[in-house]
Amino acid sequence: MLDRAPRETQDEATRPVAFRGGGFTPSAGRTSGWIALILVIALWQLAGSAGWVNALFLPPPSAIVVAIYKLALSGALWQHLSWSIMRIGSGWILGTIAGVIVGFGVGLSTLARGVGITFISALFPIPKIALLPLLILWLGIGEEPKIATIALGVFFSTAISVYSGVDAVPRNLIRMAQSFNVPFHSIVRRVIWPGALPSILAGFRITASVALLLVVSAEMIGAQYGIGAFVLQAGNLMQTDQLLAGVVILSVFGLVVGKGINLLETRLLHWR
Amino acid sequence: MDLIADHISHRFGALEVLDKVSFTVRAGEVVAIVGPSGCGKSTLLQVLGGLLQPSQGQAELRGAPPAGSLNPLTFVFQDFALLPWCTVEQNVEFPLVHTALGTSERRAVIDDALRRTGLTDFRSAYPKQLSGGMRQRVGIARALAVRPAILLMDEPLSALDSQTRELLMEDFVGLLADGSMGAAYVTHNLEEAVRLADRIVVLSRRPGRIREVVSIPMTRAERGDINAREKLLAIQNDLWSLIREEAIGAEREVQHA
Repeated sequence: MLDRAPRETQDEATRPVAFRGGGFTPSAGRTSGWIALILVIALWQLAGSAGWVNALFLPPPSAIVVAIYKLALSGALWQHLSWSIMRIGSGWILGTIAGVIVGFGVGLSTLARGVGITFISALFPIPKIALLPLLILWLGIGEEPKIATIALGVFFSTAISVYSGVDAVPRNLIRMAQSFNVPFHSIVRRVIWPGALPSILAGFRITASVALLLVVSAEMIGAQYGIGAFVLQAGNLMQTDQLLAGVVILSVFGLVVGKGINLLETRLLHWR
Repeated sequence: MDLIADHISHRFGALEVLDKVSFTVRAGEVVAIVGPSGCGKSTLLQVLGGLLQPSQGQAELRGAPPAGSLNPLTFVFQDFALLPWCTVEQNVEFPLVHTALGTSERRAVIDDALRRTGLTDFRSAYPKQLSGGMRQRVGIARALAVRPAILLMDEPLSALDSQTRELLMEDFVGLLADGSMGAAYVTHNLEEAVRLADRIVVLSRRPGRIREVVSIPMTRAERGDINAREKLLAIQNDLWSLIREEAIGAEREVQHA
């Protein structure tokens, strides 16, 4: 009897309860992004082929592909790319090592926090490319000032993401480890490092973009080889197909680095 | 080994939390600590476990720890405090890694702790894959692995649903049955306190002072008997009458804050 509604309500007309719980759960479709990209490229190609836009100002995608092919055949692509990769790699590694050390220092030591946060807060907002002339004065004309500029840009973002990550490690996990008399170095290695890793990897994503931005800027200011220098030269000579080829190469480079970080996250943060 | 709270007082800034709390958890004895919200139960447990330096007084140990004990005072946390990046087995192994145990000995200890808590089949699972009750079992297995003299349990069942709480309570009764381990058991739940404890320390509203120490006049085995329920319920009611007014006051204070 309990599961039956009273007789008088059974006789009344019923209507379904309106669903109102939809939306607010966007998910990236697997194919929609690719379809949109292909459509845009197709439209761009059509505009170029039909003469709707001047190829001097916006060469069609086919011309850019040809330019990349010719660059690859001539060896110029690898020459420019290898210089950029060398600068990014060196600057990123140096900045990351320093940033991780300083970030952990600030995250774990009261003294380092007091001193470190003051300096990081004061120096972080400075556009690092503005320091390139000064670095040239200090380090001479060569690779060092460009690498130092990238390293500086990477350092500050890394240090901030590392100490933010250390701060975000749940204190209860640290107290738990202490309650088992786990030594300090083991707490850092087995609790704080893995706990801070999500923030550190998120920082890597940012520093990869910062490094790419700075290498292009630095190469535009003072380099013979490198993707930034190549793009600038192409622009000066109105070779817009080559200019855009350089831009596409930068975009692909950024995508590859992003995929690499995704892979790293998948492998290291599989527990999330 | 006995654990002694010796005139422990503590304040957070201007907030006086504990005031001269003294009692002893004797070897193999289970002492529940109850009181209204904010009376300093968890703070007291942290002081007892050496995780918080009291403003005055101290926690002391008397006697030698049991043979083979790797961590005489071991916490079981309310929120489990499991390392999310470690499997069940790795979580249980965590406190053993820096000890002098050899690999095979360590493996045997882990296997034993997992078996005692019914986790053998879940050794490769990550905490996120487990229910709340299973996570707390991992916390208990980790505690058992270091062969504690005294378990310090900070509301270990409060984050769990009532059915899981009942099952884990049965586990606690079983684990503490042989008297090889003592426990200081902080709880809001008077039924838990009455079922598990040999003595119940009742704290007053903040600053926490000992209002009364209530002894349970029967063994834990006897408490399972149907005839004992009435007596336990009477003790529980007495405890509630001790706490009720202050619990109301504490709740209003929290709401006001």
